[in-house]
Amino acid sequence: MSEFPLFDERLYQTTPKVCTVSEITRQIQRLVEDGLGPVWVVGEIAEIRKHRSGHLYLTLKDAQAQLRAVIWRSASWRLKFEPQTGLEVIAHGKLNVYAPQGGYQLVIDALQPKGMGAQDLALRQLRQKLDKLGYFARERKKSLPRFPRRVALVTSPSGAAVRDMLEILGRRWPAADVLVCPVRVQGDGAAAQIADAIRRVNRLRAADVLLLGRGGGSSDDLAAFNEEIVARAVFESRVPIVSAVGHEIDVTIADLVADRRALTPSEAAELATPDRDKLLEGLHACEARLRDVLTKQFEACWNRSRDLASRAPLRLPLDRIRDWERRLDDAGCRLDRGMQHRHDRAKNRLDTVAAGLEALSPLNTLARGYSLTRKESDQTVVRRAEEVRTGERLVTLLHHGKVVSRVE
Amino acid sequence: MGRAMSEPLADSLTFEQALAELEKIVRELEDGKTGLEESLARYEKGVGLLRRCYGQLRQVEQRIVELMGQDADGQPLTRPFAHAPTVSKKADA
Repeated sequence: MSEFPLFDERLYQTTPKVCTVSEITRQIQRLVEDGLGPVWVVGEIAEIRKHRSGHLYLTLKDAQAQLRAVIWRSASWRLKFEPQTGLEVIAHGKLNVYAPQGGYQLVIDALQPKGMGAQDLALRQLRQKLDKLGYFARERKKSLPRFPRRVALVTSPSGAAVRDMLEILGRRWPAADVLVCPVRVQGDGAAAQIADAIRRVNRLRAADVLLLGRGGGSSDDLAAFNEEIVARAVFESRVPIVSAVGHEIDVTIADLVADRRALTPSEAAELATPDRDKLLEGLHACEARLRDVLTKQFEACWNRSRDLASRAPLRLPLDRIRDWERRLDDAGCRLDRGMQHRHDRAKNRLDTVAAGLEALSPLNTLARGYSLTRKESDQTVVRRAEEVRTGERLVTLLHHGKVVSRVE
Repeated sequence: MGRAMSEPLADSLTFEQALAELEKIVRELEDGKTGLEESLARYEKGVGLLRRCYGQLRQVEQRIVELMGQDADGQPLTRPFAHAPTVSKKADA
């Protein structure tokens, strides 16, 4: 080495080229973007924010490293679920070097939650969101009309569901008209059609109860009934809705939002209608009661008036008067006789009483030398010595006169 | 013809109201506090209500129409719904 290494010619021979920052970055870009190609990356979402532009910026991490990533707006629309912090995801995309910041990021074109299908997660997330909004709240469920006048069916016009529902409606409650709102129940645009039909029935005030259903027992695609637009249409409906969409295991969101839920389209039709035969029975009973009660009242009135009519004063008034006259005459005679009799009897009794009275009179006894002693205070008769107290004044009645004394 | 399906549901005396009134009349009559003349008037009203209820229940010809869409005035466009009332009812799973 020479004293002045910078001027060492060998240096210039071994390093022929000096790159600019841009140049080296371009090289890295080529290496990374072309060399790696599309990749699958698994990791946890450590951070995510949505830009106003609609792009999503996120950071994926595992225990040792972090990777910045972006989901452009165009790709974010296709997401089936909402990426959230803490979620384990599998991302698909290409690495991209961002020259202005000297960084690299994964441009995600597909994202799915790890451990479950994106659909499942989306459903779970939508359910949570709607639950928070009160879509499933019991207190906002509307009651069904007892006697619907027009029933709207939002269903496929060709499936078994519409046939089953019409059969039940025709048998139980033909008094109601039926408005069939044909919709696709699965496939492209199904959800929008279903939501539209529900809104239209409401807007036109076309029915007072709405049955939402799809037939068959197979595990067909229920996705349309799990979409938010359907949930919102059901939630906002002023017309009460009975749903028969999912099955016991596969409850759809539409089922949860609906006012009543049935297991089959037939059951939905039954829930929504009264049984005409039972009602007819009830009406017959009502008619019988009405007739009975009025007949009874009539009979009661009739009997009363007949009783009154059959009584003497109403039948033959003159007889009645004569009758009274005769009775008065009789009474007069009896009165005379009675008075005499009573007079005699009274006199007899008086004699008897007088005699008895005389016999009982204490005056006779007194004449024989007995006396009667009373307390002066209350005139009670003194029968025993202990009835008087010392100093009490007594009055003793003799045959002639009385003696007042004091007890010693 | 008859009632136009396109009309919004009118708030006329519904079956339910008629039934409620009928029940009230029967109860009042059964209480036996009304005079004969009043009873008779109520009976007649009750019979009228009964007839109305029977009429609604016995209307067997259920109208089934299909909602096609709506016209320029926002009125619903309907047509009779063509459905095959199959007798062979499939069991619902």
